[in-house]
Amino acid sequence: MRISRIAAAAGGVAVAAALVLSGCSSDNGGNGGGSASSGVVNVAWSEPENPLIPANTNEVNGGQVLNNMFAGLVYYKADGSWDYDAAESIESEDYKTWTVKLKADQKFSDGTPVNAESFVNAWQWAAADPELLNQWWFIDAIAFEGGTYDGGENTLALEVIDETTFTVELAEPRADFPVALGYTVFFPLPEVFFEDPEAFGEAPIGNGPYKLGEDGWVHGESLHLVPNETYNGPRKAQNGGLNFKVYATLDAAYADLLSDNVDIVDSVPTSALATFKDDLGDRAVEQASAVFQSFTIQPTLEGFAYDEEGKLRRAAISHAINRAEITEVIFQGTRTPAEDFTSPVIAGFDPEAVEGSEVMEFDPEKAKELWAQADAIRPWSGTFQLAYNADGGHQEWVDATVNSIKNVLGIDAVGLPYPDFAGLRTEVNDRTIKSAFRTGWQFDFPSAANILGALYVTGSGSNDADYSNPEFDKLFRAGLAAIDQDEQSDLFNQSQKYLFEDLPAIPLWYGSVTAGYSTLVDNVEFGWDSWPILHEITKG
Amino acid sequence: MIWYIVRRLLQGIPVFFGSTFIIFTMVFAMPGNPVLRMFGDRTPSPQQIAALEEKFHLDQPFLSRYFLYLGDVLQGDLGTTYAGQSVNEILARTFPTTLRLALLAVLIQLIIGVLAGLISGLRKGGIFDNATLLITLVIISMPVFVFAFVAQWIFGINLGWFRPTVGAGAPWSDLILPAIVLAGLNMAYVVRLTRASVIETNQNDFVRMAYGKGLSRGRVIPVHVLRNSMIPVTTNLAADFGILIVGATVTEGIFNVPGVGNELFKAINRHDTPEIVSIVTILVIVYVLVNIAIDLLYGVLDPRIRYVK
Repeated sequence: MRISRIAAAAGGVAVAAALVLSGCSSDNGGNGGGSASSGVVNVAWSEPENPLIPANTNEVNGGQVLNNMFAGLVYYKADGSWDYDAAESIESEDYKTWTVKLKADQKFSDGTPVNAESFVNAWQWAAADPELLNQWWFIDAIAFEGGTYDGGENTLALEVIDETTFTVELAEPRADFPVALGYTVFFPLPEVFFEDPEAFGEAPIGNGPYKLGEDGWVHGESLHLVPNETYNGPRKAQNGGLNFKVYATLDAAYADLLSDNVDIVDSVPTSALATFKDDLGDRAVEQASAVFQSFTIQPTLEGFAYDEEGKLRRAAISHAINRAEITEVIFQGTRTPAEDFTSPVIAGFDPEAVEGSEVMEFDPEKAKELWAQADAIRPWSGTFQLAYNADGGHQEWVDATVNSIKNVLGIDAVGLPYPDFAGLRTEVNDRTIKSAFRTGWQFDFPSAANILGALYVTGSGSNDADYSNPEFDKLFRAGLAAIDQDEQSDLFNQSQKYLFEDLPAIPLWYGSVTAGYSTLVDNVEFGWDSWPILHEITKG
Repeated sequence: MIWYIVRRLLQGIPVFFGSTFIIFTMVFAMPGNPVLRMFGDRTPSPQQIAALEEKFHLDQPFLSRYFLYLGDVLQGDLGTTYAGQSVNEILARTFPTTLRLALLAVLIQLIIGVLAGLISGLRKGGIFDNATLLITLVIISMPVFVFAFVAQWIFGINLGWFRPTVGAGAPWSDLILPAIVLAGLNMAYVVRLTRASVIETNQNDFVRMAYGKGLSRGRVIPVHVLRNSMIPVTTNLAADFGILIVGATVTEGIFNVPGVGNELFKAINRHDTPEIVSIVTILVIVYVLVNIAIDLLYGVLDPRIRYVK
């Protein structure tokens, strides 16, 4: 999960903090052909919240830098497909024991070799310590044999076979294992890292298309990357370097974009959403992204348990929301009404194949009918509340959503603001929250397994809805172990039938990238993960 | 005089302890666990929460957290943010920028505001007087972010006279536009105060006396009129300087000034206790010092004012 864009903002003006999309990593697509340009691309950026250590970077700012400084075993192309980067092959017969072969003669930018140990040691280190934000990857996201939250040294069942080969043992078969390997936490680390991780976090040494420039990381101001000539993988830099410029607000970044002082702004401020296409013309970017927005209702909420009454009420609420109108009016069409529990940019997306998704259609009659049926089982009184964090710019759509519910069902429905994200998540985590609450997910890696597994499987870490349905679990696990992509997608789509029956979360809409670039750059493309593919950009 | 300063400085000590304690209490009372925020919509495991709470002393009771913090501060260590950065370094990086911005803003007010006020006061009721009144009233009635966005749009983006945002190293030239915006907000007060003060001073006997002695306007106005009119204006400007240092968050955000206001806003979003408390405490201290300086300035401007022990 990646967190947020340029956070923070000016006092009462445009607050964008802790947007909280959890998210993803990794690069980029397209093999750089053509001739390289010499200009340095200026990228709007915000200071990372943590030192630049792959095991401890789970937000977009640090993630983008690391992603360009390191080459993982695989990388992601713009369309969400993947290809080998540092790996030559990743193979398995039973999807439980995997053999990874590295390309020969790879080097870190300090000249030391990239070998099997660079990966194995990095992963063992990341899994060893519960203080590290990405430790969960080895336990929850991908269950490695031996991974536990208690950590400890060398707990993962990894084995170095020779200089360029190692094996990985998973706790359960998982056909999509290679897809996940583009995430930051799986990047290799040079020996120098283990001597002083803290110093490394200030000036990382990687094996990717870029390395830290002479100016390096000037805190609060900028971070400068130059092409790494020792990198010979598929993501060769096509420009003279990257200059990540710190912006306090998206508005400031956008003002600089209009005057060509910055080349890439990967998120247009809310204040400019209505005008950015006119301002930028064909330099405006709007495309679907791997973000899924919803709100979640815990079964302890009166009348919303996973029984007949609760299911009727959940379905009634879902039918009562006019998603099309809200996305058009509130978001100026920069959101798309959801049709399933994944995202249109994820392989296997096919709402036609998902049974039960008609529960998301706006149907006031049906909504009233279902609500009346639930009332017949047990009368309900009170106010339907939808909690959100007031520091994330959610008030408008929450108000529109609860109004839609209120007008259709004739019940009291209000938005319930929490001052900040931490406050909201604390009550969700403690299960003390007494209302529905907003939830979102930004994909970590381009696979439906990422969201379905993390949010809805019995006992999974982020299962805020305490959802547990053996039928769903069964189909999901079958999908994980499925031999080929089509079969997997098919099983995942089938499994969603149960989600639509029980509605642990009410899907709302998919996010979009709304971004722009300056007149000075060409070949700008945004990936499935909403990130600009920086190494491809040409300038000057 | 020395005793006066020492006494005022000593008075600052309880202010320091009081303000750190109050701010610490308030941050402590903020609902929600900052550890959970670090994980976004994903829920961390109990082991991860426990490990991180221990790392940031979040598992300790209130008083022991306060004394742990205070102990570090008294040794000159303002703590570490949750992201592992030293607050000393953050302040060393951001404070000079904010200070320069505030200085520039006060300088602009001093030059333009006092000059406009002086002319208005000397030619009371004239075209210049009325025009100045109108313009400053328009500016003061605008919310700061409207004024800032409009200035950025016109002078930064459309006309291109200034860079729309502050660039690397925050050079003086980039700070001019945000400083004008900051200055504009208080400008009306400075003009009005100077004007009123000049009119009043002008009616004094010593001014007539000075003219009577045959002194030229060029000598009477700066030395006799202006100097005696500066006390309320100085108080206002110095107080504004204090406010600019502690409260330029909105303007800093719009113009991307890498200053203290920006940093504080980010810290509050992160629930970053050590950072919030340290920055606010430093700002309180600066405010106290600025106020002492104002009081001392009175004596310079008007030797009749004496400081008692």
